[in-house]
Amino acid sequence: MTTVVNGVNVQALLDAREALKGAPEAAQFTWRASSTWQNGVHSRTTIQNFFGLGQEQSHKTEAVFDADHPEVFAAEDNGITPIEYLLVGLASCLTAGVASVAQNRGIQLRSVEATVEGAHDIRGILGVDSDVRNGFNDIKVTFTIDADASRQDIEALVAQSQKRSAVFDALTNPTDVTVEVA
Amino acid sequence: MTMGEVIEFIERFAKVSDAPVRTGVDVTSVRRAGDGYHVTTSGGEIRCRTVVIASGACNRPTVPPFGDAVPASVEQLTPFDYRGPDGLPDGGVLVVGASATGVQLAAELRRSGRPVTLSAGEQVRLPRTYRGRDVLWWMDASGLWDQRYDEVDDLTRARRLPSPQLVGAPERTTLDLNALMSMGVEPVGRWAAVRDGRALFSGGLRNVFSLADLKMNRLLDTFDEWARTHGRDAEVAPPERFAPTRVPESTRLRLDLRGGEIAAIVWATGFRPDYGWLDVPVVDEKGRLRHEGGVVDSPGLYALGLPVLRRRKSTFIYGIEDDAREVVDHLARHLAVRP
Ligand SMILES: Cc1cc2nc3c(=O)[nH]c(=O)nc-3n(C[C@H](O)[C@H](O)[C@H](O)COP(=O)(O)OP(=O)(O)OC[C@H]3O[C@@H](n4cnc5c(N)ncnc54)[C@H](O)[C@@H]3O)c2cc1C
Repeated sequence: MTTVVNGVNVQALLDAREALKGAPEAAQFTWRASSTWQNGVHSRTTIQNFFGLGQEQSHKTEAVFDADHPEVFAAEDNGITPIEYLLVGLASCLTAGVASVAQNRGIQLRSVEATVEGAHDIRGILGVDSDVRNGFNDIKVTFTIDADASRQDIEALVAQSQKRSAVFDALTNPTDVTVEVA
Repeated sequence: MTMGEVIEFIERFAKVSDAPVRTGVDVTSVRRAGDGYHVTTSGGEIRCRTVVIASGACNRPTVPPFGDAVPASVEQLTPFDYRGPDGLPDGGVLVVGASATGVQLAAELRRSGRPVTLSAGEQVRLPRTYRGRDVLWWMDASGLWDQRYDEVDDLTRARRLPSPQLVGAPERTTLDLNALMSMGVEPVGRWAAVRDGRALFSGGLRNVFSLADLKMNRLLDTFDEWARTHGRDAEVAPPERFAPTRVPESTRLRLDLRGGEIAAIVWATGFRPDYGWLDVPVVDEKGRLRHEGGVVDSPGLYALGLPVLRRRKSTFIYGIEDDAREVVDHLARHLAVRP
């Protein structure tokens, strides 16, 4: 057996994968967030409950996220901008993937650092030029990884992590989004 | 082998084996009856104790469900309908799928002078020749193709692996994405959806390319390792590595299918078997036959010629031989036990 310790319980994940093969209903999760307008462009979003494995589930504690715009946008900067939350999601998802894949492949990690840069032309959201999109034009993630593995194995870790990443998929593929008034 | 030689080979086999081959006969139903099976065909009924399903892995082309959302002005073809560039309406072609079929059709269409866009998902990149030998020689000699289904790490994955980007041209050229881009084929990411008459492609092309490069290099490493440890280095050329797949500066994420740029779509998105005639409950919810190394989950029912049935080479003409021997052994033991 492997003596690699990255802190990921890969056995539990592999067991879950086996168990869910015959039970697609249990694999249906709903993640939820609720947000409340504060003032200006400042909002506060809280997250605690979700649904999965056929029942209501809860995080240990409620998490609170403030989103605002920076002062250069003439706002109060009570938190990061909403689009930066996408970078948080992408970086943390890919990093989790790197750790899980490393554990599964018996690779000991010593440090994993990622910097994420999203190129954003704000003329889109300001309506300056209708040919410019609102979202990111492109996103670049750079990993610096120190591990007991060759460069090729590390590149393979990062590639596999993208292949299995929920956020990478959500950002690179279109998603059907419904927004309605209750 | 040329097409004619392959036909001759199979015809000779029928003669030598002296099996009662009935050509042009369709099996319309196979159902369990007593201790065996009742087979209904276009040429009469057959009662038998055992059946070997060798109806092939590629009976129907698969097309993603959003094909229905493609505007009617764009002609859609599968490899079953495609005969050549001349059969397509004038204009650009979107080839979907970059495996063996997709890369060859993209190249042929591009050579005919058409603008070609190639939507590429997961792919298996292979050089046609490596260290002076055909890559299939390496697969065979190094024993990779003999790797058994019960030794493969992730069998489900191995069975779903797309076909390698190989073309059987006499010049033995490599037909990977780099070759296609040099010809002027424009790659885009995996086709994800159609919205308002527009095709939406994944922005993950870069990773699809890195995965293909990494996997190819890992395979070449195993070939080198095999050659070194088996004292074969002298009979082949020195190890070589190929340029990484070039990722375009930016790829299109959207393509307006109503704009006239694309006249036709060729779906090279794979094939699946058709078991519509099999009235025995051995097909799973995804339409795949449930079997263990060709032994189907119903007494006396067997299968051959499916991906990694018993070995990595199971879906190659010469690769079926070892599988057939083992499956027929099992079948003979089954017959030896009188019910
Ligand atoms: C594009 C391509 C290139 C290939 N190149 C090579 C190569 O270079 N070398 C190599 O070794 N292999 C190659 N292969 C693989 C090779 O073609 C297969 O391994 C081989 O054809 C499998 O033989 P089979 O008899 O199992 O199935 P098939 O050749 O698919 O034959 C199945 C037969 O069953 C018949 N059938 C299906 N359903 C019924 C029914 N209900 N009633 C009656 N008959 C039925 C079909 O009509 C067909 O004749 C290639 C495959 C493809 C698709």
